[in-house]
Order: sequence, then structure tokens, then C-alpha cells
Amino acid sequence: MPNSSKRMRALMATGALGTTMALVLAGCGARAGDETASAGSSPAASCVDTSGDTVKLGFLNSLTGGMAISEKTVSNVLHMASDEINASGGILGKKIKYVQEDGATDWPTFAEKTEKLLTQDCVAAIFGGWTSSSRKAVKPVVEKLNGLFFYPVQYEGLESSPNIYYTGATTNQQIIPAMDFLASKGVKTLFLAGSDYVFPRTANAIIKLYAAKLGIKIVGEEYVPLDKDDWTSQVAKIAAAKPDFIFNTINGSSNVGFIKAYYDAGLTPAKTPIISVSIAEEEAPAMGHAVTGNYASWNYFQSLKTDTNPKFIDSWKAYPNSSGVTSDPMEAAYISLYLYKALVEAAGSFDVDAVNAAAKKNTITFDAPEGKVTLDGENHHISKPGHIGQINANNQFDIVWSSDKFIEPDPYLKAYDWFPADVREQLVAAAG
Amino acid sequence: MDALIAPLLNGSAQGALLLLAALGLSLTFGQMGVINMAHGEFLMIGAFAAYLVQQVIAASDLSIPVALPVAFVVAGLFGLLLEVTIIQWMYRRPLDTLLVTVGVSLVLQQAALQIFPSQGVPVEKPDWLDGQLNILGYEWPLRQVFTILLATACVAALAAWLKYTAFGRRIRATVHNRDLAETSGISTRTIDRLTFFTGSGLAGVAGVAASLIGGTNSQMGAQYIIPAFLVVAAGGIGQLKGTIIAAWVVGVALSYFAYWTTGSFAQVLAFILVIVFLQLRPQGLFTVRTRSLV
Repeated sequence: MPNSSKRMRALMATGALGTTMALVLAGCGARAGDETASAGSSPAASCVDTSGDTVKLGFLNSLTGGMAISEKTVSNVLHMASDEINASGGILGKKIKYVQEDGATDWPTFAEKTEKLLTQDCVAAIFGGWTSSSRKAVKPVVEKLNGLFFYPVQYEGLESSPNIYYTGATTNQQIIPAMDFLASKGVKTLFLAGSDYVFPRTANAIIKLYAAKLGIKIVGEEYVPLDKDDWTSQVAKIAAAKPDFIFNTINGSSNVGFIKAYYDAGLTPAKTPIISVSIAEEEAPAMGHAVTGNYASWNYFQSLKTDTNPKFIDSWKAYPNSSGVTSDPMEAAYISLYLYKALVEAAGSFDVDAVNAAAKKNTITFDAPEGKVTLDGENHHISKPGHIGQINANNQFDIVWSSDKFIEPDPYLKAYDWFPADVREQLVAAAG
Repeated sequence: MDALIAPLLNGSAQGALLLLAALGLSLTFGQMGVINMAHGEFLMIGAFAAYLVQQVIAASDLSIPVALPVAFVVAGLFGLLLEVTIIQWMYRRPLDTLLVTVGVSLVLQQAALQIFPSQGVPVEKPDWLDGQLNILGYEWPLRQVFTILLATACVAALAAWLKYTAFGRRIRATVHNRDLAETSGISTRTIDRLTFFTGSGLAGVAGVAASLIGGTNSQMGAQYIIPAFLVVAAGGIGQLKGTIIAAWVVGVALSYFAYWTTGSFAQVLAFILVIVFLQLRPQGLFTVRTRSLV
């Protein structure tokens, strides 16, 4: 009996460690994705067939796994946009026929599905992705096969690809406005709290440089793995450091743990407010009343007063399986499909090179719910307004600050003199 | 002062939650040799039960006290269902139960994703849990005190149940010598089911405590399962005493590491600590010399 129980214990520890290893390996998946991409060697010749009255598009979102929490909404709003476009005559007169694929929160799967969509389904363009890891898995594949990928989420910037269009914010459209807002409030000390992966680490590197320029002192910096909710130790450190403001680059459900631990510790938005770049209308309700009074920086809020926003909100609320609230990432996904329609119609063709040539003329615009956005044909990002919202008791955002104009995308922060070229090179190299 | 006191108090609360998560695992593994990888999802079921209770009695002061027994029974019934439909065919085959229950955990996660909003639901902390105790200058959240009291109460109840009730005696007899217990008229089938119900129910209670700390969503169980297994392995399987000490040590160590280094590095250090410990003492803190649970 003691012997067998010893064996079982060893077995149990092996099971636990094995699972840990699997999780760690999944985290390294982006690199595996690159290998998958270079392993195949399909010719770049396009098999897209638009001779009929339809055009095939690919939607690639994680419908299972950890990221399904966020990406299902994006997938659903893409379906809505495609229905809308079809109802109004399609793209160049052709109805959209979409192929939905599941990236399964697994970066090699994103690479494989991209290759499948381009070479087997012969789609004219692919829409989706959420994490930077998924985008980085897709990038080499679309570049090799000369496909098109539309990416709808704010990210750490420092990237630009002829085969990717970015409709979410780059750092100078979300992080920098948030810092400008803090400076306008007279903030002197700042604590950085983030999830432990590429976006928060890169964002915080940029925040530290800009804070130095603005005269804001960083009094602490903490990271917790994405899959951990317990922030009590880190919040104890924040309480001890007594910063004026907390800059939050935490992502996913871990944010709920952070907000709760912060509230538990007796910190209040009146004393030590938080500004987040990931809490939106979809995330706030899961945090209950503990989140009320804190801030978020986005380019779109449901409460935004534009001519196009009411119609967007109404359509979304009426759409099947809708979450009932609109948010920045889903708005950016909605934009992406319309932007593609505008690009194709300007080019008069679904051909990738023709589309890219049309983009280069810098005349593509779309009357988006966030306002009229313009596509930058060189870096493939769009202009966006910066807004800061304060979370009210209904988990909606009262807009308390806005940039004075639409902010031109500058993914490499070339126009900012406080961002040294050598740091840029290091960060670009580190991001792979 | 904060640097010494804060991690000790935080860690004790973290350890208490780990203990709640590990109790059920220790029980079912100790008695039946079942490695239940779906244990984290029973925890999730408990958290969702707390949310549903709050939907019915609108986040009142009573919602958490009511949610605890409800979560225990609901998670316990799910456990019983799993036992009756799947587990009972593979007792004493730990590898098989490990693989099968990984599958069950994925099914339960996807089911939760279909039923509840994907970004999770709010479980609100009642007003009487708002506030802090000032301990030597550190503002200790009342929520953490509550977690420790809850874990203490569960351990005391479990120990008393095993020691003083007829069912408890039968459970210990079954663990001690299954064949002899059966020969003497104990229905080990019933005992196994009851144990599985209790173990899963305890996970449900842990889920209520976890819902006050982090998000209540389909993924929440996953983050507790590995630390809970390590606590069971380090404490010595089927050893209540060992599980308690191991949970406290892991919780406090994690908390000090997190205070001194970073959140990610703390995880690494805690895992290294447990690996080294198991190398030195493969049988865990306490050996199963008495072959009983208490």
C-alpha cells in the first residue's frame, strides 16, 4: 500500500507538471506558427475566383479556448457587417460568402487556418485575430502567399506589413492620449500594472519614456501572468507606493482579479484612480461595482455622440447572439469589413496588389461609428480620435477627455522626439 | 513593516483558498485513486451557483451565506453525476481518470461558455465584507479574513465528519482496507459516491470564495487545479494535516515571492520549491503510515 501510494503520488505530480508544460509550450506557440508557415511552399499565384456573383472572405477568430471570451464578439459583428453589406448590394456587386474558421486560441492553428483559407478556400481576404501572438502567427503566411489580413484590436504597434491592415489603435492613438490625459490632470506619480506578455511590456517601455518627458515619476511596475487572477500581493505594493494614478495594461479575466483586489484593499478611484487600455463596455459588467469611477482610454465608446453611432448600436442590439453593448474592438472589426469594401471598390478589383495600390493613394475613408476615419496607405493603419471615458454605475463610459483632432497613425512613433531610434530598434527586434 | 506583514497575511488567505481547492482532491485521490482534472470546473460551478443565488436574492447581505451550501450541493451533485456516469468504471486507474477528467473539464468549460456571458459574470461582495482590519499598520482586507475562517470551518467540519460519524468511520475503513470493509457489510459503492459528492461539494465552496477574488467565467477553474495538485502531492496524499500545512506554506511562499520579485517569477519560484521538496521527500510532508485520512 505505501508503495502504490508513492507511485500514485509520482504519477499525480507528473500529471500536474505535464499540464504546466503544455501551458508553457502553448505560450511559445507563435514561434511554432512561423515554422508552419515556412514549411509549406504554395505558389503565390492567387486562386481567388470572383467570376460568379459572390466573393469568398475568411473570418478567423478563436471560438474555443481562453480567447473565445473576447473573440466571439468580433466574429459575430463581422457576420453582422457582412449581412449589412450584402443587403446593400455587396462588394463590387458581389455578395459576401464567408468561411468561418476557429483559431482555437492556438497560434500555430492561426497560421494553419490562414494557409487553408488562402490556398483551399481561396478567400479574397481574411478578417480576425485578437492577440499579438495570433497576428504574428498569421503575418508570415499572408506575406508569403500574398494574402490580405484585417486585424481589429489595439496593440503595441512597431509593426507594419503590406499584407495586413490594422483597424485598432496603435500606441500613439491610445497610450499617448492616455498619458496626455494624465498630464492634464496634474498627475505626478504613476504605477504600472500589466499582464505578463508582449503588449503590456512594450506599452510600458513606451509609457516610461513619455512619462520622463512629461515629468511623471514611475513609482512601481508589476506584472502577473495572463491566467492568474490573484493580484493581492501586487495591490499591497501599490498601496505602499501611494501613486497618484495606476496605468493598467492588464488583459482578460485577470483584470477582474486586479479590480477586486484593489477595491478590497480600500483603494478608491477618488484616492488612487486606475486608467485602463483594455476595460471596455463588455468587460466592465463582470467586475461589478468595484470598477465604477475608474477610467479607460479608447477610440470608440458606446456613449460616443456621432451621427453613425446610434444606428450601429441599434443594429448590434437587434443582431442574434449580440452581447447587447458595443465596444472598441468590435467597432474596429466592423470598420475593417467596410474598409475592405471601400478599398476594393476604389481599386475596381479584388486583386491584392490592386487593393494595396488603391490604398497608397490615401483617399480611402469610412464613416465609422467613431467618426470619419482615413486609411494611411503607407503603414496600413487608420486615423482615430482619442477619448478617455470614466466608468459610471451602469458600466457605461462618461467621456471626460477627447483629443482635439483625429490622431494620425504612427506605429513606429517616428514623430515623437522622446522616442530614441535605438530603443525603437530594440523593441522591434524584441517583438520579432 | 508592510513588506513583512502584508505577504504573510495575504499569503495565509491565498493558502486558505488553495486548501479549500485541494481538500476535495485529497479526499477522492486518497480514497479512490481518482486524479480528477475536472475539479477546477466544480470550483467554477460553485462560483456560478453563487452568481445565480445573487440573481435570486439580489446581492443582499445574506447572498454569500446562502450561496455556500447551495454551491456545495450543486457542485456535489455534478460530482455525483460524474462518478455515476464515468468515474465508477475506472477506480484505481489514476492515469485513465486523469485523461478522462481532462476531457470532462473541457466539456464543462465549453458548456459554461454557452450558458453564461463569455466575459464572465459579477459576483458582488456583500457590504459586511467591505473594509479592512488594521494589523500592525497593514490594512488587511476583510474578504481575506473571511476566506481563512471559511477554510477553517470546512476543515473542522470535514475532520469531525470523518472522525465522529458513522459515514466517516466507514470512509476510513474503506480507505484502510476496502475488501475487509466490504466483507464486514459496508457498501463501498455508497461510500465512494458519498466521498466524491463531498469532495466535489468542497470545490463548490472554494468556488464561492474564488468568485470574490477574481473573475467568474468558464476559464476560472484552470488556474487553481495545478497549485491544488501540488499542495496535495506536497502534503502527502490522504493526509488532512499535510494538506493544511502544504497549502499554507505554498500560499505564504507565493505571496512573499510575489512581494519581493514579480508575479510571474513568484510562480516559477513556488514550483521550483515544490519540485525540490518532492525530490527530498517524495512521500510528502506526512507518510501514509496510519492509512487513514485523519
